[in-house]
Amino acid sequence: MAYASGVDVGSTQTKAVIINEDGEIVSRALVDTGANVVKAAELAYQVALNNGDLREEEVEYVIGTGYGRYRVTFGNAQVTEISCHARGGARMFPETRTVLDMGGQDTKAIRVSATGEVLDFCMNDKCAAGTGRFLGAASSALEIPLDDLGPTALKAEKAVRISTTCTVFAESEVLSWLGKGKKIEDILWGVHQSIASRSVGLLRRVGIEEELTFTGGVAKNIGMIKALEENLELRLNVSDESHFMGALGAALFALDHILASRAPSAIAEGRV
Amino acid sequence: MSTIIGIDVGSTYTKALILGEGGEIAGRAMTNTSFQLAKAARWAMDLALERAGLEESELDYIVATGFGRHQVPFRDVNVTDLTASARGAAFLYPNTKTILDVGGQTMKAIRLDEDNKVKSFRLNDKCAAGTGAFLEKTARYMGYGTEEIGSLAATSKEAVPISGVCAVFAESEVINHLSQGAAPADIMHGSIVSLVDRSVQLMKRVRMEPEFTLIGGILRFETMARVVRQYLKSDVNVPEGEMVQFTTALGAAILGQRRLQKMRAEGTAVSRTGQEIASLRSQ
Repeated sequence: MAYASGVDVGSTQTKAVIINEDGEIVSRALVDTGANVVKAAELAYQVALNNGDLREEEVEYVIGTGYGRYRVTFGNAQVTEISCHARGGARMFPETRTVLDMGGQDTKAIRVSATGEVLDFCMNDKCAAGTGRFLGAASSALEIPLDDLGPTALKAEKAVRISTTCTVFAESEVLSWLGKGKKIEDILWGVHQSIASRSVGLLRRVGIEEELTFTGGVAKNIGMIKALEENLELRLNVSDESHFMGALGAALFALDHILASRAPSAIAEGRV
Repeated sequence: MSTIIGIDVGSTYTKALILGEGGEIAGRAMTNTSFQLAKAARWAMDLALERAGLEESELDYIVATGFGRHQVPFRDVNVTDLTASARGAAFLYPNTKTILDVGGQTMKAIRLDEDNKVKSFRLNDKCAAGTGAFLEKTARYMGYGTEEIGSLAATSKEAVPISGVCAVFAESEVINHLSQGAAPADIMHGSIVSLVDRSVQLMKRVRMEPEFTLIGGILRFETMARVVRQYLKSDVNVPEGEMVQFTTALGAAILGQRRLQKMRAEGTAVSRTGQEIASLRSQ
């Protein structure tokens, strides 16, 4: 049995996935990217090997993706995270035509073909507004753990309208609403709404076609899912593996490579 | 003459300045704005009065300016911070034609006409990358406080290029530079250069012309003015010491003084409605 791996070095977290020849995930790992990107990639990969009880020799091909993909020094090749999220999303939900990937520092809207290829994409690359960092700012301002943001926001009765665009200023705005006596859940719901509306703007630029699959670390946030569904008036596909979707896509590309390299000999054997 | 106080409620600091009977600066005080704007304004006023050795009842007119001017309940009148900055800068440097005001959460470029009136202005208050918050964030990522920015940048030999598109994205940029062995001083210097680059773009949009006067809290970092000089290849006026932060409060007090004199000369009742001076003028 051969294995393939994908290592997705994101701005905030680094994800590694190992798949078998059938494209099934056999092991995964998640570590904080931190300052040393090379080390984070190595660590994630080693943890994934350990978790799967695999040796390095058993993994035939490794593809790096994410903003730090060229820092995956042990990788055999690199593929952009756009292609990887499209591929991973399409693997999990074959009817996927649009992918929204929301990470710590960027949000991408990707339109994919029926075969999981990228047709068009659009991303925020100049400004952290509308990314996971906006939630991070709210989390630190309100001193609520990231994982509790979504569930808290869902208790809201009425969203507080967040007027600032900039993530840095949002932190002070959140505190000023708190100072004016607004409820934490209403402020948080407003924060989720604000991010959702920016993401919908991004999605509209590539065109929204069903089904829509939501990937990336923020896809674990139930509040964000609800805010997007309310804004878009449609149901989103969200996998439990949402934040591993880029790494899964990379691993699938790695598996393609393994299978392609075998093809000629397989054919030759068949002829004998 | 009369005793006037100008209170500038800014995004980060609230400044109060008292103009005395003889037109001299009788006292001034500054405090963090935080979230209770009325409290900050009251606190700054009380401290300025104490320093001037005056009682509140001795004040003839209270003028509020800055983004939080409407939140000062005890004000007699308001004036926009653009008008107040223009007046203050032109008072200190009568040949001023272009003003750059960089504060904690805003950046403003103001162009004055021959009569020292505001001809045009441009401002950024949407994105932290063009404001003092950008420097504050960069410093914090490296473990330095706001007050250390000036002395840190002053020791730099060469600026590290910082793209400066987003104060949040700057974090990864700073971390990358640090891990590659860049000195914090050079990174700080680099972020000042990137801020100046944005300032100059804003000034170009108001068709800048000398003389240039630089004001606002961020100009207390000397590197900022030095880099602006290099960019503009021109000398610039920078009010001395703390005055760089009090220029707008000074302008507000001067405008209040004029308004009061005019009302008294015309024999009209002194307006204490808390309205904008501009709207009073049109009445």
